Amino acid sequence: VNAVAVAQAVRDGDRSARDVVEEHLARIDERESELHAFNLVLADEARAQADAIDRRIERGDDPGPLAGVPVALKDNFCTRGVPTTCSSKILEGWRPPYDATVVDRLRAAGAVIVGKTNLDEFAMGSSTENSAFGPTRNPHDPSRVPGGSSGGSAAAVAAGFAPLAFGSDTGGSIRQPAALCGVVGMKPTYGLVSRYGLVAFASSLDQIGPFAMTVADAAVALETIAGHDPCDTTSIPEAVPSVAETLDEGVDGLRIGVISEFLEADGLAPDVAAKVREAADALERAGAKVDDASVPSTIYGLSAYYLIAPAEASSNLARYDGVRYGLRVDAPTTADMNAATRTAGFGAEVKRRIMLGTYALSAGYYDAYYGKALRVRTLILRDLDRAYESFDLLLGPTAPATAFPFGAKADPLAMYLNDVFTIPSNLAGHPAMSVPFGTGDDGLPVGVQVLAPALAEATMFRAAAALEAAA
Amino acid sequence: MNDTLDGWEIVIGLEVHCELETKTKLFCGCANAFGDEPNTNVCPVCLGLPGSLPVVNEQAFELALRLGQALHCTAKPGVFARKNYFYPDMPKDYQISQYDQPTNVDGWLDLPSGMRVGIERAHIEEDTGKNTHVGGDGRIHGADYSLIDYNRAGIPLVEIVSRPDLRGSEQAREYVGELRDILVATNVSDARMEEGSMRVDANVSVRRNGDDTYGTRCEIKNLNSLRSLGRAIEYEARRQVDLIDAGERVHQETRHWDEAVGLTRSGRSKEEAEDYRYFQEPDLVPLEPEDAMLAELAATMPPLPADRRTHLARATGAAPTDRAVVIAVARGLDELALAAVDAGGDPARVLNHVEHNLAVEGAASVDPTALATLTRMEIEGALTATQAKTVLAELVNGASDPVAVAAAKGFEAMDVSALESVVDEVIVANGDTWERFVGGEGKAGGFLTGQVMKATNGKADGKAVNAILQRRKGVSAR
Repeated sequence: VNAVAVAQAVRDGDRSARDVVEEHLARIDERESELHAFNLVLADEARAQADAIDRRIERGDDPGPLAGVPVALKDNFCTRGVPTTCSSKILEGWRPPYDATVVDRLRAAGAVIVGKTNLDEFAMGSSTENSAFGPTRNPHDPSRVPGGSSGGSAAAVAAGFAPLAFGSDTGGSIRQPAALCGVVGMKPTYGLVSRYGLVAFASSLDQIGPFAMTVADAAVALETIAGHDPCDTTSIPEAVPSVAETLDEGVDGLRIGVISEFLEADGLAPDVAAKVREAADALERAGAKVDDASVPSTIYGLSAYYLIAPAEASSNLARYDGVRYGLRVDAPTTADMNAATRTAGFGAEVKRRIMLGTYALSAGYYDAYYGKALRVRTLILRDLDRAYESFDLLLGPTAPATAFPFGAKADPLAMYLNDVFTIPSNLAGHPAMSVPFGTGDDGLPVGVQVLAPALAEATMFRAAAALEAAA
Repeated sequence: MNDTLDGWEIVIGLEVHCELETKTKLFCGCANAFGDEPNTNVCPVCLGLPGSLPVVNEQAFELALRLGQALHCTAKPGVFARKNYFYPDMPKDYQISQYDQPTNVDGWLDLPSGMRVGIERAHIEEDTGKNTHVGGDGRIHGADYSLIDYNRAGIPLVEIVSRPDLRGSEQAREYVGELRDILVATNVSDARMEEGSMRVDANVSVRRNGDDTYGTRCEIKNLNSLRSLGRAIEYEARRQVDLIDAGERVHQETRHWDEAVGLTRSGRSKEEAEDYRYFQEPDLVPLEPEDAMLAELAATMPPLPADRRTHLARATGAAPTDRAVVIAVARGLDELALAAVDAGGDPARVLNHVEHNLAVEGAASVDPTALATLTRMEIEGALTATQAKTVLAELVNGASDPVAVAAAKGFEAMDVSALESVVDEVIVANGDTWERFVGGEGKAGGFLTGQVMKATNGKADGKAVNAILQRRKGVSAR
C-alpha cells in the first residue's frame, strides 16, 4: 500500500479515509508494543481527521492531494495541543500552542496524523537508543536498531504503520535510518522546507524530509511540505521544483560520479560497498555515464560536523532551563534550579554534545575549533561544487553497514561514524536521499545514497526511481 | 564635588540602549507597547518556544538605518549573532544581537557646545523581559518569589556606542541630551529614560592630565536619569582617583549606581565575567542595506537638532553654541524664532524672549509676526523689558496684537528725559541711600530703582533706570 494509491482511492471514493486509518491503526495495534515506533499514537484524533475528510468528500469539496493518507511525525515537530517531547524528559508535559508549518501543510493536504514517532533525544544519535522513553526496534530484525535519529519514523513506514512519515536530518537522521529499515528517506536542499515548528538541534543543518515505501511517494510528500515560509527566513523564496512529474524520465545521459573517498573509507562493510557498485552498474545500464568522483575534503566532514552541530545545539538547548515549560527541579537559587533541571532532564548524549559545543565556542578555543570547522565546511562545499562541474549527481553508501544490534556502538565515536557518508550533504546544504537497494550478507536492507547539488531534487529523484526499478 | 578633579582628566564612553518606536517587536508580530498587562504581548517567537524562529522586522531595520544616517555612520551588511548566557528574563537564554558586523559603524555626533563625539557603532538587538522580585527588599536575593513579564522580550533596541571622547559629567549629560533629541527628531525612539525606553551605561576611567594612555575603566550600570548619570560619573571618578592616590589599582568591573545612597557598587568583575560564546545566528540571514532604501531614508530625513541650530544661528547672527540658540532648538521654538526674524523682528530680542520668557506651554503657537512687532516696540522704547514680558504672556495665551495688548494694559512709552528727572528726584529725596550706593553698596541701588518704579507706577524700564543711576554715580564719584 503506498501513499499515492491510498490518496487516489480516497479521492475517488473507492475507500473511505476512515477505513484506511482503521487498517493502519490495526497494524499499529499488532506490532507497536514490540517495535515502539511511536511516543504517542493519536488514534482518536486520526479517526476524527479521517471522518472530517470523508465528510469533505461527501460534500464534494477537494480533500487535498494526500487525502486520507496516514502519516507519522517525528516527535520533534510541534503539534498544537499534542505533547511534543523530542524523546526527552526535559519537555515533560509540554504541549505546543502551535503547529509546525510542515504540520499545517500536511493537514491542509488531507493527510491524517496517526502519531508522534520516537527519536534519539533531541535528534542526537544514530540508533534511537538515546530516547528517554526506550529504543525503537528495527521491523526487519527487532534485535537490531532502526538507525536514528528518526528511527521511529523509519520503523513506522517499514512496519506499514503509515505509508508516509516525516523526520529531520541534521547529519543523516533521515537517510541512515531509512537505509537500515529498507525504506526511502530524503533530505531536501537546506531552505526548501520550512523549519518553523521543528524543535531545533543545529539550525544551520536541520532539514525536514519524508520517509516512504516508494520513490514516487517520497516525491509527492516532498512537494506537499516544500515551499517558502515567511516564518522561516532561511527558507528559499523561489518556487518548489517539480519532482513527481519528471520521475520517470530516466537517467539516460546523466553524469553520475561514485565518490571514491566513500568507497575506500575504513569501516565501510564490503557487502554494502558491493551494493553501491551494483547500483552504479545498474544506473550505467539505464543509460547514465558513471565514473569515479573524488571529493577529498569530505573525509573531514565528520570532525567539522561534531563541532558545528554541538556548538549550535549548546545554544539551541539553553532554553530548557526549568523557568517557562517542561521539567523543573526546584532549588534555592535560579542558577541551581537551572542546573538541577538540566541535570535531571537531559540524557548523557545530549549533555555530552552541549559540553562539546560550549567548549568549541568558548573564548580562546573558538578559532581552533568552531572557527576551523566553519572553514572545513566551506572547503567541503567548494569540493562538492567542483565535483558537480563534472557530474550531475554523486553516488555512495548511506550507512557504513546494515542495522547493528542494540548496544553494539556504546563508544560514542563508533556511533558518530555512522554519519560519515551523510554529513557532507548537511554541511553543504545539498539534497540527498537513501534508496533501498537489496540486502547485505545478513539479509538486512542496504541503502544507496544519491547526492545532488542545491535544488537539483528533480534530477536526484530520477536517479532514485531508476535505482528503485533496478533493485 | 568638582567635575574636573585637579590634575585629573575623566574619560567617558557611553553605551546608550534605546527602544525603537516600531509597531511590533523585532522578530515577531507582537505589539511593541509599554505598560500593558504582563505577558499579554507574547507569542511562540518572543517566548522562545521550541521550534519558533525569528523574522526581522523591516521597520526596525529602517529606523536603525535612519538613526545611523543621523549619526553620520556608514551602513554595513549587518549580521546577527547569539550572545549566550542564562537569565530567566531571556526566553531563549541567548540574546539575538549584532556582534562583529553591526549595521552602523563609524559616525559622529556634534554636541551643542561644539564638541564632536565619535560613534563607534549603532547596532540592533532584542530587549529582554522584566523581572519583579516579590518579598524581601525587592532584590532577587531574599525574595519570596519572582515574576517575569515577557512583554518587553523581543522589543527592538539599538545600542549606540560612543568612543571614549567625553570628558566629565557635563559633557556626558550633554551627549545623552543631544542623542535623545536626535532620536525624537527622527522618530526612531521616544527615548524616555523614566520609562526605560532609553538606558545608559557609562564606561568611566581617570588619568592624570597630559597622559595619553587610558586608565582602567569601570562600566557603570543602572543610570535611569541624566541626574543619575552626572552624579554617578562624578562619584566614580572621585572613587578611582582616591584609589590611585592611595596607591591602589582600579579593577576593571561592572558597577551599579545606587541613586538613593549616591554611590556605585561592585558587580561582577570582568575577570570572572561570563563568556558569551558569540556565534553567527543561524536562523537569520544577513541584513543588507539596499542603496534605494538608504537614498529614500536620506531624502526623508527630518531636520536634525544640529542643522536647526546652524540654521537659527545663521538667521540671527548668533553662534550655534549660543545658549539661546541651543535652548530654542531644544524647546522646539526655532521655527517660531526664524519666522519672527523673517517678519522683521529684532534677532537678539527674539532669542532673548525664547531663552527667558517662552519656557511655557503653548509658546510654539505664538504668532511670529506678533513676536516681531513686540521686539520692534521694545527697540522703539514703546515697551520696557518688563512690559514686553507681560505682553508676551498675553500672546502665549492667545492674544494676537501686541499693540492692542500694550494699550489695554496702559503701557505707554516713557521717554528718557522724563525718566531722568524722576531718577534725579529720587536721588535727592533719598540722600543717605544715594551715598551708600555711590560707596558701592549694591542693595542701595535696588532700593533706589524700586523708588523710581513706585514713582512711575512700574512703567519705567529697570535696565534704563539702572543705566541712569550708574551714569549719575560715575559723575558723582569723579
